[in-house]
Amino acid sequence: MYKIAVMGDRDSVLGFKALGLEVHFVEDTDTARHTLHRLAGEDYAVIYLTEQLAQNLQGEIARYKDALMPAIILIPGKGGSLGLAEAGLQNAVERAVGADIS
Amino acid sequence: MANKTINPTRMELTRLKGRVKTAMRGHKLLKDKRDELMKQFMDVVRRNRELRRRVEEGLERAGVAFTAASAVMSPEMLEQALLYPKQSVELDVTYRNVMSVNVPVYHYQTRNQDPTEIYPYGFAQTSGELDVALEAFGQVFQDMLELAEVEKTMQLLAQDIEKTRRRVNALEYVVIPDMQRNIRYITMKLDENERGNTTRLMKVKEMVLQDAHDYQ
Repeated sequence: MYKIAVMGDRDSVLGFKALGLEVHFVEDTDTARHTLHRLAGEDYAVIYLTEQLAQNLQGEIARYKDALMPAIILIPGKGGSLGLAEAGLQNAVERAVGADIS
Repeated sequence: MANKTINPTRMELTRLKGRVKTAMRGHKLLKDKRDELMKQFMDVVRRNRELRRRVEEGLERAGVAFTAASAVMSPEMLEQALLYPKQSVELDVTYRNVMSVNVPVYHYQTRNQDPTEIYPYGFAQTSGELDVALEAFGQVFQDMLELAEVEKTMQLLAQDIEKTRRRVNALEYVVIPDMQRNIRYITMKLDENERGNTTRLMKVKEMVLQDAHDYQ
């Protein structure tokens, strides 16, 4: 059995707690980096991460991109979407096609 | 590549011809694989776009509701209300094979089967806004999980398409032309040897005839 984690600042992710997801409150980049690596090493299949945290952790996230597990999925935190998820999608398309289409 | 180190022998020629045949078959197969992966990938990308849009809308709605809830309730009360969740989620992961790429499929199980059972608090001390917020979170969760599945699938497919594309290109533009060049080189060398041999034989015949008949 695998687990699902949510990482983000308190206001953005507190609500997920009621759903039974494991919520990790992370406010700064360094803690986020540590938490991310720790969670990735354990049996978490999906880690939701707010875009606000993700924008400083691009390299760390890229490291897990080709691994089967965990899936690191960006969600908009408070203050709305930063367009990082869309950029990731664009990036995957570019990688597959070998050229920038759009 | 190793153009000069090649042995211009008949055996080498046969070997190379066999390899070209294999490489061409491999090239065709890989190309088909790439095309099919691409087709699947495009579907996944479309699905990802749609889910992403739904999740972002849903989370925004939930976020607004949650902000409203935290405005009317004190932070301590809010914290306390959510401190011990009633619900817990477990995830089972199986794998699906798409053109020999393993992609995950998530099946989740909630400990509490009733979807309305997400409120871990009594209704007496909390505001209605919190209920609304949690309901919104609950609604978006299904989509979020599917998004995770689709997004991971997309990343894995993209990686494999990249790999396959490189292989196809390497075969098409490097490996096969190289071997064909070598085959041509060997054929020419062998033909040249053959011609050299023929002229030598003609020359020898002439000399032998001259000796035998003592022509002057």
